Amino acid sequence: MTVIDIAKDLEARRLVITSSFEAPVARVWQLWADPRQLERWWGPPTYPATFVEHDLRPGGRVTYFMTGPEGDRHGGWWQITAVDAPHHLELDDGFAGPDGTPNPDMPVTTMSVDISSDGTTTRMVLTSTYPSTEAMEQLLDMGMAEGIAAAMGQIDELLASAPT
Amino acid sequence: MVVDREADTDRAMRALADRTRRDIVRCTMRQDRSVSQLAQRYPMSFAAVQKHVATLEAAGLVTKRRHGREQLVRAEPTAVRRTAALLDDLAALWQDRLDRFEAALDEPQPTDPPAGGTP
Repeated sequence: MTVIDIAKDLEARRLVITSSFEAPVARVWQLWADPRQLERWWGPPTYPATFVEHDLRPGGRVTYFMTGPEGDRHGGWWQITAVDAPHHLELDDGFAGPDGTPNPDMPVTTMSVDISSDGTTTRMVLTSTYPSTEAMEQLLDMGMAEGIAAAMGQIDELLASAPT
Repeated sequence: MVVDREADTDRAMRALADRTRRDIVRCTMRQDRSVSQLAQRYPMSFAAVQKHVATLEAAGLVTKRRHGREQLVRAEPTAVRRTAALLDDLAALWQDRLDRFEAALDEPQPTDPPAGGTP
């Protein structure tokens, strides 16, 4: 996998990340379309994601939760706004409580995914647009918690495997 | 990788601890100026002014963009610098996620094709 480009639009609060994969378009699409495979990468090992509902049709809903090391649950949802399998997906991405109820006070990010053939490789363009700097900070706080937990997990593993 | 905001503040303050650089920031707040235009204001070489601009740019206090044969300098207000750092951090989160995406691509495929995909 190569990340070909990361473009930042400061005014629009938008990230556009272009990556290239040595796999066919259909295979790349499967990682979004199959909830069991989506679970393999959406969350980090220390905060794995479980997808509950997964309806990738226009107006469809996806619900998921991430489980922390203490069994704490963090819910999320997607509202699908556009889909054209296996090339295009657009959605709103929001937070939910541990029981899956959408949280109206938390920010909603919009995301679009474009998958196309690039000869023998597949190109995936991910566009995320954030509603505010506060929203970005909230997402990062959660991400950093995951990152710190992931780092702690690695330290634990190293300690467990270290020679005495 | 997490942007160290204290280190960013240190860098910004060091950049502003120089009267020429403070003047460059003031003067490019309201209007973009080329490096040549800026150089005319100070009793120093063009190269010295370029170096001041580079220090300000490294501290995130100004941005430079090419406009024809000139480099235009613009001062960046605080909110914009904060957004840039946030986007950097979010991009780093996505890079981790894409590493996992790739690892998942390499895993053995299920035998039944999922609904909604065209092989």
